[in-house]
Order: sequence, then C-alpha cells, then structure tokens
Amino acid sequence: MPTKQEIQDGLAEILEEVAGVMPEDVSPEKSFTDDLDVDSLSMVEIATAVEDKWGVAIPDDELANIKTVGDAITFVDTHQ
Amino acid sequence: MTFEVQRHHSAITAFGAYRPARVVTNTELAEVVDTSDEWIRSRVGITTRYFAAPDESIADMAIAAGHAALSAAHVDPADIDLVIVASCTLETPIPGAAAEVAHRLGIDSPGAYDLNAACAGFCYGLAHASSAIQNGDSRRALVIGVEKFTNWTDDSDRTTYIIFGDGAGAAVVSRSEQQLIGPTVWGSCGDRPEIISIPDRHGVLGMDGRAVFRWATTEMRDEVINICEQSGVKITDIDVFVPHQANMRIIDAMLRGLKFRDDTVIARDIELSGNTSAASIPLALSSLAKSGQATTGDLVLVIGFGAGLTFAGQLFVMP
Repeated sequence: MPTKQEIQDGLAEILEEVAGVMPEDVSPEKSFTDDLDVDSLSMVEIATAVEDKWGVAIPDDELANIKTVGDAITFVDTHQ
Repeated sequence: MTFEVQRHHSAITAFGAYRPARVVTNTELAEVVDTSDEWIRSRVGITTRYFAAPDESIADMAIAAGHAALSAAHVDPADIDLVIVASCTLETPIPGAAAEVAHRLGIDSPGAYDLNAACAGFCYGLAHASSAIQNGDSRRALVIGVEKFTNWTDDSDRTTYIIFGDGAGAAVVSRSEQQLIGPTVWGSCGDRPEIISIPDRHGVLGMDGRAVFRWATTEMRDEVINICEQSGVKITDIDVFVPHQANMRIIDAMLRGLKFRDDTVIARDIELSGNTSAASIPLALSSLAKSGQATTGDLVLVIGFGAGLTFAGQLFVMP
C-alpha cells in the first residue's frame, strides 16, 4: 500500500508526463484546473494513468468530483 | 462438392487525395461559433479544415480522390474490378455511392459497394480489398474513404463543428508478387453507440468527446500492439504510424504509451485537414508520400477507430 506521500509523488510524475506540470507545483491543495492549468482531456489521461499505476477504477462520474490533487490522493488511498 | 481457390498476394500500389477548395481557419469559425483559435489549437490541435462546396457531393469528392489514385498507380480504370467506398456521411442512404463513383471514373461494371465503419472505414475497406485479391475474387481494387461532414454538423455545437472536415482519400490495391498487406485486427464495442452519433434523420452529429478520448487512448493503444503481434513485428520496426486523425491530443496520448523509434514518422495531418473520419488515413498517407516523409518500402501501421464503436487496423508496406 503506497503512503499518501508516495501517491502524491506518483501523481506529480504523471502530471509532468501528461500535462507538463512542474513536480514542485504539485501539492494537495492545488486545483487541477485553476492552479495547474490541466484541461478536461488531460484529466482523462491522468485518470487512466492513475488507473494503470495503482489498479483503481475512476469512472467519468467519479472523475468529475476530483478537483484537487488532494481529492485524487484521497481517491487512490481509499480505493486501494 | 468443393471448390478450388487459388491464393494470391496483395499490395497497395498508390494513394490519391482530394481536399475541397475552401480552407476554413479557426478564426473564421470563431466568427460563427463560441470558440477561439487558441482554444481549438490547444484542445484538438487543428489549425485548418476543408469544407466542401454546397453542391459538391460525396461522389464528386470520391471520384476526385479515386482519379488521383488511379493516375498515381498508372492504372487504366478498365483494369479495376472492385470499388469500395467507405463513408458515414452520405447525403442519403440509398443508393450507395460506389457504383456511381465507378461509372463516372470510367470503370466498367466492377463489384461496387459502400461500407459504413465510420472512422475505421478505410481500414475495413483495405481489409476487404486485400482479402478479395488474395482469394482471386478481384485482381485490382479501388478503396476510397470519403466524408462530407458539413452535411451532418452545424454551428450550434462547437464541440463537433470545429473538429470535422470534408475530403476523400483513396488507395489502389493490386495483385502482387509478394504479400505486402498484413492481417487485419478489428473489433467493436457496441455497448456505447450513443457517444458518437447522429440521433435521428433530421439531427446533427453529436459526440461525447471525453468518453471517446478515454476509449481511444487506452484500448486503441493496446490494439496497436496487437496489430504488431499478429504480424510478428516489433513496435520499433514501424517506420510510419498513421492513426485515424481524430484529435491531436488523442494522437499524443496514444504515443505516450507506445515505444516507437525516435525516427518513426507520425501522421499529424489533422492539423491541416481536421477530422475527416474514413478519409483521414488515406489523406494523411497521401500527404506523407507527397512530402517524402513516407517512402517506398516503409513499414506502415494504420488504425482507424470511431463511431459504433468500431475499429480496424493493419500493417502494410508503403508503395
């Protein structure tokens, strides 16, 4: 089971790869859309990368509720 | 009783393209729909697309592309015995376009039919033409992908109006000394017909872009690997990769999971032509051949995917 910090670090890697977000900008309170400039298609790609990395399923309706990095960390943490 | 079937080899011998005269820029679209050049470039990677003239029909465009392919192949129309037209945007469903296209090209009484596999249509047509030649049912076939999306989109929906364009692309497929078209990998997911659809005969095209994006960037990536495995080649053997030109973001996302060589040529014709569904793959191939980015002997992987949902793809050797 990854720790929350490990999930955050993994998310930062995915965000850098998919959307060119600098890893040091990734912290739990950041909004994907407003702070990290991640658009809806990149969110889909991030979701599928998260699914592959941690073996969780993120359906589109659940994805719509993931607004911040912290939301994503909590989702992965509770669906492990 | 049983029948003797002689087996033959098949190869693509030339491509042809037709793009309508009217080039439509993002700025021009932004005057009629709520969008901007920046938004379109960042979301779908398109800078221009072509719109057919109001009186320019599917058949007109198919004939122009077919004629270009026949000329490039140095083939007399009389030597074609099978014409397949792949399209999902016919003006009316009856009759299909293939017989008229053949007649107006001067092809005398070939086998002729249309197929609708949406954006995968060209790859399905190529599969059928190749099989028909291998079985001896045809000696030389013309496969045309053609779409006139302006028949079925309108400026009330910015999510589709900015993406789709009109055009036609064609390939001549002939009997050959060697087998230069690989086996086709195809499949479908019929549980989501609504995510790309024209809901009724008076309707316009609607699309759930996010759902399409997810399907295309995950499942189609696996199918690319499957196509390689079916032919026993490694992904690093591919010289030219031509995915359906759906959206630049889909192409980029597919590439992130596929380990092509650094010098593998990736088709990005969507930037200039928009999404032309069944026409997109042969249009992209024509451009790559014309620019010299794809050359004779190159190993090419094509994969079409779209409404249905349905997909198909194969490998072939570039003529």
